[in-house]
Amino acid sequence: MKYADEFRDPKVAKSLLKAIADRIESVGAAKENPIRIMEICGGHTHAIFRYGLDKLTPEGLEFIHGPGCPVCVLPMSRVDECVQIAERPEVIFTTFGDAMRVPGSKKSLIQAKADGADIRMVYSPLDALGLARRNPDREVVFFGLGFETTTPSTALAIQQAAAESLVNFSVFCNHITVPPPIKALLDDPHMVLDGFVGPGHVSMVIGTKPYEFIPRDYGKPIVVGGFEPLDLLQSVLMVLTQIADGRAEVENQYARVVSDEGNPFSIAAVEDVYEPRPSFEWRGLGEIDASGLRIRAAYSAFDTEEKFGIGYAGTRAPTAEPEGCACGDVMTGRIKPTACQQFGKGCTPEMPLGALMVSSEGACAAYWQYGGARTAAE
Amino acid sequence: MCLGIPGQIVEITDPATNMAMADISGVRRKVNVTCVSGDGLENLIGKFVLIHVGFAMALIDEDEAKKTMDTLNALGEAQEEFEAMFASDLALEGRT
Repeated sequence: MKYADEFRDPKVAKSLLKAIADRIESVGAAKENPIRIMEICGGHTHAIFRYGLDKLTPEGLEFIHGPGCPVCVLPMSRVDECVQIAERPEVIFTTFGDAMRVPGSKKSLIQAKADGADIRMVYSPLDALGLARRNPDREVVFFGLGFETTTPSTALAIQQAAAESLVNFSVFCNHITVPPPIKALLDDPHMVLDGFVGPGHVSMVIGTKPYEFIPRDYGKPIVVGGFEPLDLLQSVLMVLTQIADGRAEVENQYARVVSDEGNPFSIAAVEDVYEPRPSFEWRGLGEIDASGLRIRAAYSAFDTEEKFGIGYAGTRAPTAEPEGCACGDVMTGRIKPTACQQFGKGCTPEMPLGALMVSSEGACAAYWQYGGARTAAE
Repeated sequence: MCLGIPGQIVEITDPATNMAMADISGVRRKVNVTCVSGDGLENLIGKFVLIHVGFAMALIDEDEAKKTMDTLNALGEAQEEFEAMFASDLALEGRT
């Protein structure tokens, strides 16, 4: 247990690990028939690897890394659409840095920038608004990407742009929501999950109620958890305790930040600006009903797709994933990253083939950074 | 991106647009505080918040702020957040 000493409170970590081992034993799980718990959030995936939780916990517990990294689930066709927008001469294309290196079918945004497109990395949609104010003769597009945690920020930015009557600002909306892909995964006959650790900051916005279908309709437990390693261990223990007791409920380990009802200001802003799309394309999961958001007609002046007749407002051209890329199978938990033929060969963090190798929250990048590189070399 | 970063509200800079100055481990940055404004803007001064892409999304206590910062440092995400802020300042000036 050398890693456990790195924890803020090693004594608590050790007692949680002991309790987890006891529960795993009590339900009769072992390496051949493990309890499979999916951590939905990419931030949790990163923390699990950074603190070696997958190695500290018994072999009878397997972490399945969920689709909760927005960069990783972005399909290639959407990156192509980004490049298409960014290469328009009048456009200043603004994006979070995470999205710059995600491969498109021809190029990534960073390659498009090298080729001369005016692409700028910003920290916040507020900075994109600032750029629009400073550059009235240019069209400033913000690449709105992310789950429920970041959706309120672009909703509030659009409301602000409307209040100022800014005519040269729009959002290329790629916001997605957590519950629909979870339902899609649970409906997949190949998927064998025993429970979930729910995302902390998504739940801070939406509350815990949207997860009630998981225990009710599928009989699986879910525990919303924080990001500290001790939070994660405690959340896993709470899932295992439900399984051992034969219960399936929504529980909240992260109550110091997450309330059952969520944040009413965030929810109101999102409701005002966005509505569900009929369906949205996910890398590895395909089109999922009502899993993405679009900008309501009242705010269509700030909708990049409407403004330029692109994406879902134009003719979409879904693209196949690159040859040999198994991101889809990794994303759905069918295979581990190291089982992908391209892992560490045709796909590394420096030259990613698939999106899971790009973001620090992606399962492949996490495997690579925390030991996978060694595995691949061997 | 999704983990955010804790900061302390030190001043309300523009009540009309719900903007405030936050101290984020010594770095000062303007943030939007709409989502934490339930008890009135003035009551936010001195409070700790969790900031996501320039928006304060939740009120937290000082101990939580410290623990979150420790985790972000361990994950290397605090550094990423600051780099993103500084890169954004350059982008605003057109120096990318």
